[in-house]
Amino acid sequence: MSRTPLYVALAVVIAGLPLVCNAYWTDVCVMIGLYALLSLSLNVMLGQAGIFNMGHAAFFAVGAYTTAILNTVCHWSIFLTMLPAGAAAGLFALAVARPIIHLRGDYLLIVTIGIVEIVRIALINDVFGLTGGANGIFGISRPVFFGFRIVKGIQFYYLVWGMVGVSMLLFYGLWRSRFGRALNYIKEDDVAAEGCGVNVTGYKLAAFTLGAAWAGVAGTVYAAKMLTIAPESFNFMESVILFAVVILSGGSQLGVLVSVFLFIGLPELLREFSEARMLIFGLAMMVMMIWRPQGLLPPLPRRYAMPHPQEGARP
Amino acid sequence: MEQFFQQLLNGLAVGGIYALVALGYTMVYGVLKLINFAHGDLFTIGAYLGLTLLASWNLAGVLPPAVAVLAVFLMVGLLVALIGVVLERAAYRPLRGANRLSAVVSALGASIFFENAIMLIYGARVYVYPDFLRPDFTVNLFGVSVPGVRLLILGASVALMLALSAFIQRTRMGAAIRATAIDPGAARLMGINVDRVIALVFLIGPGLGGMAGLMVGIYYGQIDFTMGWSYGLKAFTAAILGGIGNIPGAMLGGLLLGVTEALAAGYVAMAWKDAVAFLVLILILIIRPTGILGERTADKL
Repeated sequence: MSRTPLYVALAVVIAGLPLVCNAYWTDVCVMIGLYALLSLSLNVMLGQAGIFNMGHAAFFAVGAYTTAILNTVCHWSIFLTMLPAGAAAGLFALAVARPIIHLRGDYLLIVTIGIVEIVRIALINDVFGLTGGANGIFGISRPVFFGFRIVKGIQFYYLVWGMVGVSMLLFYGLWRSRFGRALNYIKEDDVAAEGCGVNVTGYKLAAFTLGAAWAGVAGTVYAAKMLTIAPESFNFMESVILFAVVILSGGSQLGVLVSVFLFIGLPELLREFSEARMLIFGLAMMVMMIWRPQGLLPPLPRRYAMPHPQEGARP
Repeated sequence: MEQFFQQLLNGLAVGGIYALVALGYTMVYGVLKLINFAHGDLFTIGAYLGLTLLASWNLAGVLPPAVAVLAVFLMVGLLVALIGVVLERAAYRPLRGANRLSAVVSALGASIFFENAIMLIYGARVYVYPDFLRPDFTVNLFGVSVPGVRLLILGASVALMLALSAFIQRTRMGAAIRATAIDPGAARLMGINVDRVIALVFLIGPGLGGMAGLMVGIYYGQIDFTMGWSYGLKAFTAAILGGIGNIPGAMLGGLLLGVTEALAAGYVAMAWKDAVAFLVLILILIIRPTGILGERTADKL
């Protein structure tokens, strides 16, 4: 069983969507794409390596603030800030993860919640006099791509979803590699993986750093889209939504896309129940988990090199 | 020195409240290995129910204030305990035995649900507690005058914690809870009704949490529908700090966190007090990965 036809159909729908959507829905789809980007980056650690990170918004924030500061203070072009934003988020993640990565699951969960709260409080308190306090940073300039100014929603749409496509290919390749297999063993049973000679701490750190760096890159896109950023956009609730998206997805990239739509797109459709919207959202979270505790689309089992006796050896 | 003493007592009073809420987290975790993120919102429900009982039902007008407060405490404890049991039935029992993280997400959903239900019922504004409830006397302790309400809050939470400890350590039902926490499968083989034990845990934890919400209302004089998040997060931090699943640990963690926060607020800066609390948590976990009173287990869950 392969999911290739599903992917192709999805790609066609995504590519054609803005042609039939009005400006408002295109904007909503840009936000869905941004969350997809973030969820895919969280999936590297949570879905593939089983690292309980409920503070992903912290790394997203580091990326977005790096972009905003480099752009407004040093006048770098937005696309040039993408690399430093990813690097800053990755390095920050590496520094904070080094002493805590060995913690048991739930302890790691609470520590990452602590990190996202500390980052938020630091941003509100205008740390280093650069983050603008509770108001955040505004006046970020529009991104220019080889002389081509990205202004309209539809341009952002193709930018964001293009990046989603690129990251899916990248992480798919990663998942098939030796690195991805190691992460999978660690997720299944890290004691056994350690026993088999897998450097569990090293791989976990690498997955954590990579996921965080990618969230930092998503932060650049977010800053470029919003043109203004504030600490409240990176609170614990954002981390919770990302966490829920990845858990509901079951850990596969296609699952991430479907569940990101359920979590970010559906509440948008519920706008007319504005008052009760979050109530329904909370209820939906419970119902979805009870309905599919194993996730929407768990990754398909891999074909390992060892052939089944009847099948004979296949290349 | 006087400021230090004041902050210390302040921290102990708030820490007592954290500890009461932390007990709910730690008991549920001990038995189900589940982080009940909705616990903080049960605490908020306690605060709001207390206000409704006092203000709308005018209990305080009928009974003498002290008796009224006591009666409200019991009723709030009971009502929130019932909500806790219903929550377990609806949101957690269907996920028992499933992927542990699915249950965590279900708990987060329950938390969002409760928070918004409170907002829809009561509205988003801040509510003020009737201030005649606040005991208005000061005690002279070692030459420092201390507001009586702090001592009462601390005394009430310590009394509740001691009662719970006695219940867990000395009664048959307490033994059943301890046995289930160690090994639910073996407990079932020994004739313990595990479902009943879990229901009991969801009676006690939320009951205590609801009472803690009422205490916060009386202590600070005002409540709002989002308070469950910050208190819940702090209390959960306290439970982890002490070693989750461990009841004396939750008490110790709560008091320690309260004192740390109060001292940070007094000596560092009010705006950074939450950050300091989390920083202390991270540092302690780096040194002792299973919390202060946590057992030394293998790193794998």
